[in-house]
Amino acid sequence: MEPVLKVTDLSKSFSRAGKNEFFAVDHVSFAVMPGEILGIVGESGSGKSTIAKLITRQIDATAGKIEIDGQDITWLNGRQMIPVYAKIQMVFQSPKGSFDPRRTLGDGICESLRNQGVPKAEREAMARSLLEQCGLPGDFLERYPHQVSGGQCQRAAIARALMCDPKILIFDEATSALDVTVQKQIMELLQMLQQKNHLSYLFICHNLALVQQFCDNVIVLYDGKIVEQGRPDEVILHPKSEYAKRLVEAVF
Amino acid sequence: MNSPITIRVQKVKKNRIRERLFIFLILVVILLLVSFFADKIVPYAPYAQNLSLSRQPPSAAHWMGTDQYGRDVFSRVIVGAQASVFSTLILVGVISVFGTAAGTLCGYFGGRTDSVVMRVSDVCLAFPGLVFALAIAALLGGGISNAVIALAVISWPKYARVARGQTLALKNSDFIAAARLAGDTSAQMILRHILPNILGPILVTAMLDIGTMMMELAGLSFLGLGAQPPMAEWGNMMSGGRSMLQTYPWLVLSPGVAIFLTVVTFNLLGDTVRDYLDPKNAGSQ
Repeated sequence: MEPVLKVTDLSKSFSRAGKNEFFAVDHVSFAVMPGEILGIVGESGSGKSTIAKLITRQIDATAGKIEIDGQDITWLNGRQMIPVYAKIQMVFQSPKGSFDPRRTLGDGICESLRNQGVPKAEREAMARSLLEQCGLPGDFLERYPHQVSGGQCQRAAIARALMCDPKILIFDEATSALDVTVQKQIMELLQMLQQKNHLSYLFICHNLALVQQFCDNVIVLYDGKIVEQGRPDEVILHPKSEYAKRLVEAVF
Repeated sequence: MNSPITIRVQKVKKNRIRERLFIFLILVVILLLVSFFADKIVPYAPYAQNLSLSRQPPSAAHWMGTDQYGRDVFSRVIVGAQASVFSTLILVGVISVFGTAAGTLCGYFGGRTDSVVMRVSDVCLAFPGLVFALAIAALLGGGISNAVIALAVISWPKYARVARGQTLALKNSDFIAAARLAGDTSAQMILRHILPNILGPILVTAMLDIGTMMMELAGLSFLGLGAQPPMAEWGNMMSGGRSMLQTYPWLVLSPGVAIFLTVVTFNLLGDTVRDYLDPKNAGSQ
């Protein structure tokens, strides 16, 4: 089976004046199969979010290769990336910051289909049904981001990510800004959507318990490098690397 | 989140700002109407000379007296509003549109063009504005349109700076990344997401700039580099009456007071618009 997302030897370095290059992401390789949920854990500054930005091409890689659905996207330009964004979508950490404050949630949710030229009535009907699947009433389409709560906004963000029927979704700490009960509801929603649409998830998180429950495989990142990978139970219950041991001890 | 009392206070504050905004808007609209219909409402022909009536003090017939050629000063002040107000509005319109476009594009795309445009704007900002405008106006020759061009050349960087700063601050926000993931092209991104979000500060800058620009245009005219005699324009009229300040003060005072009142009105409107758009006063909308 072809992986939906394959990352080979991906590196991102920042040059610092007078010092050595600093590798935020250092030769990282992994693959996500269709229907797989891959978790990435690691402390702040370990390069988790940088990986998400690299894969969605918000920043350029220094070296390595990113393939989505067999297509090499590492060096595509902005215009060439537009069709790729129909396959890969992202849910951001801050729910409200990911919607334009001057536009309604509906505008934000429908934007991808609007850019694809889908007629207004059709895309709005679709947004309505997706919102309802995500547990929000359809008339939230007319609300502005500041009129809804963080959890509701994150549900809308999930609906937005699903609009263009992507193959893989990236969650960049998508639940860390939410309180525990809302977090649980969102996780249940994600699980339901994943089974229903056979999606792949790249789940970036620093909550080990969440990863253990939710992911098929997990990668532990430290200082831009993969220090451990495998099944979540093995990694979390029997960590081999020194860092993973410390990380697990710090949490449990 | 907010206690009922805070919300109540915010509402009262907001209403007060809205009242003020309403009053100043009415004043500005009156001013605009007067300048628009200046030709129709003047009591005397502003350019008709009548030497037998020269240098009359203010009276019931001539509210602001007459000048050395016997022209009615009140009529000239009203007609002068047309020249001052409209050229200022055109000037501010042009520089705010051009400056915002330049700043937004520079901030969004960055790179070499950005550095070049920003260094040019640094140069413009480093000169004392009126001195630079004087030089340009002197190069281009007299005339009110040349004065407008001269001021436009040196005044756009302010807007470019504001727009660029705002664009840079927005560029890394998540909703811009989300819009990119939705497949927005750069043009769509700027028009749909960036410009609407930076319009508030630009509008405030422009409103507060109207007064300054009016003074500078009048200043250029006063120095003989803007409107040329016999054209009725406030700066120009003050310049014409300058030598008679002690003997016939109304010649200088009338256009001077007109400038003062107009500038104050526009500045107060600008302040009120700023308060109105300030999110801290937004209250519970």
